[in-house]
Amino acid sequence: MSSFWSIWITVLTLGTLVGCYLLLNYCLKNFAGVEEGEPTGHVFDGIEELNNPLPKWWSTFFLLTIIWGFGYLLLYPGLGNFQGLLGWKSSNQGILNLSESKASVANAKAAGLLVQYDREVAAAEEKYGPIFEAYAERKIIDLATANDDEANSARKVGQRLYLQNCSQCHGSDARGATGFPNLADKDWLYGGSPEMIKATLIHGRKANGMIAWSAALGGEQGVKEVTAYVLSLSGREVDTKAAEAGKVKFAMCAACHGSEGKGSDAMGIALGAPNLTDNIWLYGGSQRAVEMSIANGRAGVMPAWDKILGEQKIHVISAYIYSLSQD
Amino acid sequence: MKNKHEKFEKNVGLFAIFTIFAISIGGLVEITPLFFQKATTTPVDNLRPYTALEMEGRDIYIREGCNVCHSQMIRPFRAETERYGHYSVAGEGVWEHPFLWGSKRTGPDLARVGGRYSDDWHLAHLLDPRSVVPESNMPSFKWLAENKLDGELTEKKLSTFNFLTRNRSHKDEQGNAIPLYSETELANAKTSVEGKTEMTALIAYLQSLGHALK
Repeated sequence: MSSFWSIWITVLTLGTLVGCYLLLNYCLKNFAGVEEGEPTGHVFDGIEELNNPLPKWWSTFFLLTIIWGFGYLLLYPGLGNFQGLLGWKSSNQGILNLSESKASVANAKAAGLLVQYDREVAAAEEKYGPIFEAYAERKIIDLATANDDEANSARKVGQRLYLQNCSQCHGSDARGATGFPNLADKDWLYGGSPEMIKATLIHGRKANGMIAWSAALGGEQGVKEVTAYVLSLSGREVDTKAAEAGKVKFAMCAACHGSEGKGSDAMGIALGAPNLTDNIWLYGGSQRAVEMSIANGRAGVMPAWDKILGEQKIHVISAYIYSLSQD
Repeated sequence: MKNKHEKFEKNVGLFAIFTIFAISIGGLVEITPLFFQKATTTPVDNLRPYTALEMEGRDIYIREGCNVCHSQMIRPFRAETERYGHYSVAGEGVWEHPFLWGSKRTGPDLARVGGRYSDDWHLAHLLDPRSVVPESNMPSFKWLAENKLDGELTEKKLSTFNFLTRNRSHKDEQGNAIPLYSETELANAKTSVEGKTEMTALIAYLQSLGHALK
């Protein structure tokens, strides 16, 4: 802050405090022209106004607030560039990027400033840091399946983190919703191993292979035929003639979904092309819904969580999610 | 001794003037200096202007009163930063006219909601919040998917923001101010939003929130 504004703030603030004191002092004097407690001569509807002074308790408290004000301004930052004797700050403001934010934490510590937010975070880090360290040292599969106290608590922590960050899409029971995969079954788009789950959480996933196929399949008729074939894969009753025609066209789909339609996961590649033979439908399994998926394409996105949650928390969430499909 | 205070007490006009003087001191001390502080007038490094579509989305956010239930201000408490991300800093809001910090959270803070959910989720959530969050009490905003933008005023809006932020935009290497929107961007403003739905614009705006500090 420039010294002009520093002086501006200091003068106005202290001036106001002094002004309040002078005003109080002035008002405590007797200007009524009569003795205290005597009638002033003002009479309204037979009610007489007496010349009573300001209540003692009130004026004393007023004075105390002024003294408190000076004490506060001495200890805390309130007067322009003066930082206060305690060196207290609520947080590091005025930063322009994340690395400056990190640096300001270190600077404040070196300068002995009491940055309240930094202290709060450091205290939590001290308390919870070792717990997450201990979780991080164990394998996800171990945390997810072991029955000791630590693994049990890790899964509980994972559940809390899941509810806070993941349930908006995947549901509080992790059973998903239309367009948002069920995490509690054994059907995986990008692999269900602990490592793949963790990778999905850290980097996110973007399904961009399922483009709109309407034109490539020759319009509505082609879409209907492929739909019939796709539905037949999971044993649904379909128009066999349409399904046969669709089977030929399915060659285009086989690149991602596999020639048998068992999906990319069955082929061991992380393409996110679902298994079409298991009667599990991410975007709905009605004839209409499947037609829509084929004609207009689908592009599900899983956001990347590494910057939001950090690896240690993701490790624990991965364990919780993996445990859901293990019984 | 004469009671000089009687002058104020018996003269309403004079009393009003002195009252205004007394209550303006708080503003003079706490607000005026902020207009001239580096910390409150310098944009953070990664701050980028809203695209034309995001700007239209922002206006829809204002029109629908989203800021009445959602704040965009993460306070520096661990309880908040654990949930929402880095606390908000002044440099993120220097191009906000008006700012949408809000003062009440019926729903969660949105200051860093960008990138946290997929576009599909936002669409499902705005059409029918309870389809994805069963306990939500947010109203549905179905009509946004039907209303189309015509883009008539988009260019005007962007150039207004060029004017409003003229002293607070990023600087180039020579220290000259770079306007938020170039001539080309202004010229393309209308075509880049025309025909898109208000839903698309609002989602684009939501996905941009908090980009500058994460």
